[in-house]
Amino acid sequence: MEILVCIKGVPDLEENEIEIKSDGTDIVRDDLVYSINEWDNYAVEEAISITEDKGGSVTVVTVESDEEKADEVLRREMAMGSQQGILVTDAAYGKGIASVLKAVSEKGSYDLILTGAQADGGEAQVGGMLAAMLDRPYASLVNMIEVIDDGKLKIGREIEGGDQEVSEIDLPCVLSIQTGINEPRYVSLRGIRKVSSVEIPEYRASDLGLSADEIGIDASKVKRVDYFVPDLGEGAEMIEGSMEEKVNKVIELLKSKGGMS
Amino acid sequence: MTQLFAYIPHKNGAADECALELLTAAAQIDATAQVTGIVVGSGTDLDAVCNEVAGSFNEIWKIDDVKFAYPNAEIIRKALIEVLPADAVFITHHNSFGMDLSPGLSILVDSPLVADVIEMEVDGNTLKTVRQELFGQVYSHVNCDISSGAIVNIRPGAFIPKENAAAGGNVVDKTVNTDVDVKRRYIETVTPDSGGVDITKADILVSVGRGIEDEDNIEMAKELAEALGAELSCSRPIVDAKWLEQARQVGTSGKTVKPKVYLAMGISGAFQHLGGIKGGFIIAINKNPKAPIFQVADVGIVGDILEFIPELTEKVQ
Ligand SMILES: Cc1cc2nc3c(=O)[nH]c(=O)nc-3n(C[C@H](O)[C@H](O)[C@H](O)COP(=O)(O)OP(=O)(O)OC[C@H]3O[C@@H](n4cnc5c(N)ncnc54)[C@H](O)[C@@H]3O)c2cc1C
Ligand SMILES: Nc1ncnc2c1ncn2[C@@H]1O[C@H](COP(=O)(O)O)[C@@H](O)[C@H]1O
Repeated sequence: MEILVCIKGVPDLEENEIEIKSDGTDIVRDDLVYSINEWDNYAVEEAISITEDKGGSVTVVTVESDEEKADEVLRREMAMGSQQGILVTDAAYGKGIASVLKAVSEKGSYDLILTGAQADGGEAQVGGMLAAMLDRPYASLVNMIEVIDDGKLKIGREIEGGDQEVSEIDLPCVLSIQTGINEPRYVSLRGIRKVSSVEIPEYRASDLGLSADEIGIDASKVKRVDYFVPDLGEGAEMIEGSMEEKVNKVIELLKSKGGMS
Repeated sequence: MTQLFAYIPHKNGAADECALELLTAAAQIDATAQVTGIVVGSGTDLDAVCNEVAGSFNEIWKIDDVKFAYPNAEIIRKALIEVLPADAVFITHHNSFGMDLSPGLSILVDSPLVADVIEMEVDGNTLKTVRQELFGQVYSHVNCDISSGAIVNIRPGAFIPKENAAAGGNVVDKTVNTDVDVKRRYIETVTPDSGGVDITKADILVSVGRGIEDEDNIEMAKELAEALGAELSCSRPIVDAKWLEQARQVGTSGKTVKPKVYLAMGISGAFQHLGGIKGGFIIAINKNPKAPIFQVADVGIVGDILEFIPELTEKVQ
C-alpha cells in the first residue's frame, strides 16, 4: 500500500512559553522550539506499521515556508521509517494547504492519505477538505485501522464518550488520525543519521500548477486578524506562599468543599 | 439576507441537549434571523425529533431516509449539498460529527469554514469570530467573508442554550434522492469495557495530566488518591500512553464528571478535557502560570506536581 502522510511542525508547548507580539499580528517566533504535531506522529506510526505488515511505502509531506524547520520535521518522521519526504515551501493557509496537498498527492499514486485529527490551530479541517477535493471517502478521528483487502479498510472512529464507531471504507480514501491509535516508536539517533543525507524533493506552488497567491492568506475568505489574550475577569484565586502553606490550603479546601474528614 | 441553518443532532428519537446552543449562536449572527433547523434521520424517531424542536425554530427541514438511520456524515453531506441554498450560513458543532462533516461540505458548497468558534458577531458581510489556538494558550480574532455563505462549527458548550426560544415553525419535508454510492458504511458502535472503574461517582477526583511526566510517577498519584479516599482520573495523553485505563479519562471523548472537588494536576485545560467537568470546585496545580486551566479553576497553584503530590500525601496521612 502506498501511503501519504501530511505532517506539520508546531510550537512545542513543553519547551516554550508562548508570547504574543505587542502588535498582536503573531506569536513571538524567535527561538521557538518546534516539534511534530502530536496527531501527525500517530499518523506516521500507523502508516509505517501498515506498510511493514502489508508492503508498500510511506511518504511524508509538509507545506512550510521555513525550510530549515520543515527539513527537521520531515527527517524526524522519516527516521521513524518513512521512505520519502516531500517539502512544499510556500506559505499556505486553511483551504490553501489542502489545495497544495491535493496537487502533491496527484504527483504520486496513493491508496491511503493520512492526516492528524487536528493541529495547533485546532481547526481539524485539512483532511476533510483534501478528501472532498480529491472526491475520496473520508473519516475523521480514526482510532483503529484494519486492512481487509486491496479495496477496503475496517476503521474505528472515536466519538463522544469514548465510544468507537466501526465502519468499512473503500480505498483510496483519506483518514484523519486520533491519538492513542498506536504507540509511536522512538526515533533513535542512528535513525536520524541514516536519513540525514536522503534527498527531499522541494516544490514551489508554481511547480504544482498553483499560484502562491491562491493558496495564501490573501486568497482566503477566512482570515486571522490578530492574536490576543482576553480580559478573563477573575480566573482562579492563586495561592502563594511556601509549600507548607499551599499544602495546608489545599487540605482545608478538600475538607470544606470536598467533605473530606 | 443571509439564511441561517442549524444542524440538529439527535439520538433515539430525542434532540441532543446541545441543539439549542445552535440558536444562541445563530442569534449572535443575526438576532432577528429566521433559523431553519435541519433534521436528518429516519422514520418515527425522526418525526419525534422534528416535533420536539419545531417550537424552537422558525422552520424545520426534515430529511428522511433509512440510510440516515445512523448519522454517517459521508452521506448526510450529500443530502445537505442538495438542499442548502448557495448563500446559506450553516451552523453545526465542532465535535466528532461536525469535524467529520464540515470540512468536506465547505469545499463542496464552496463556502468558507470557520471551525471551533467560541464567540461571534456580524458586521456587514463579515462574520467576526473568536477562536483559540495552541490548545487554549492564545486567542485569535478570525474574520470570515460570508457574502456567499459559510459553514460555522461552534465549540460545544461555548454558547448557552437558548431554552425559551419560541418560534413555532413548520416541519417541511425536504427529503431528496441522494447518490447511493456509499463509500463508508457504518457497521456498529462499540463501548469500551470499563473494567469496573467508575470515576463518575467520586466526591474527590485526583486527576493527572501529561505533567506527571513518567509512568513511574503514576504511583504517587495513586497514593494521594488513596490517602484522600478519592478516585484517580486523568487527561487523554495518560490513556493514550496506556498509563491508566480509558475508563479514567475525563473529557468529551471520556467520562463526564461532577465531583465535589476536582484536583487538576499537570493538566493544561484543553477544551476537550474541560468539556468533561460539569461542576465541582476545581483546584489546579501547574508549573506554567499561563496554563489555560487557571482561567477556569477556582483555586490555582503554580508549582511542580512531582514535588507537590508527595508533600500533600504525607500531610494527609
Ligand atoms: C476529538 C478530540 C477529543 C479529545 N478528547 C479529550 C478528552 O476526552 N479528554 C482529554 O483530556 N483530552 C482530550 N483531547 C485532547 C486534548 O485536546 C488535549 O490534547 C489534552 O487534554 C491535553 O492533556 P494534558 O493537559 O494532560 O496535556 P498538556 O496539554 O500537554 O498539558 C500538560 C500540562 O502540565 C504542565 N506540567 C508539565 N510538567 C509539570 C509538572 N512537573 N508540574 C506541574 N505541571 C506540569 C504543563 O505546564 C501543561 O500545562 C481530545 C482531542 C480531540 C481532538
Ligand atoms: N502545513 C501543513 N502541511 C502538511 N500537512 C498539514 C499542514 N497543516 C495541516 N496539515 C495536516 O492536517 C491535519 C489537521 O490540521 P488542521 O486542519 O490545521 O487542524 C494535521 O494534523 C496535518 O496532518
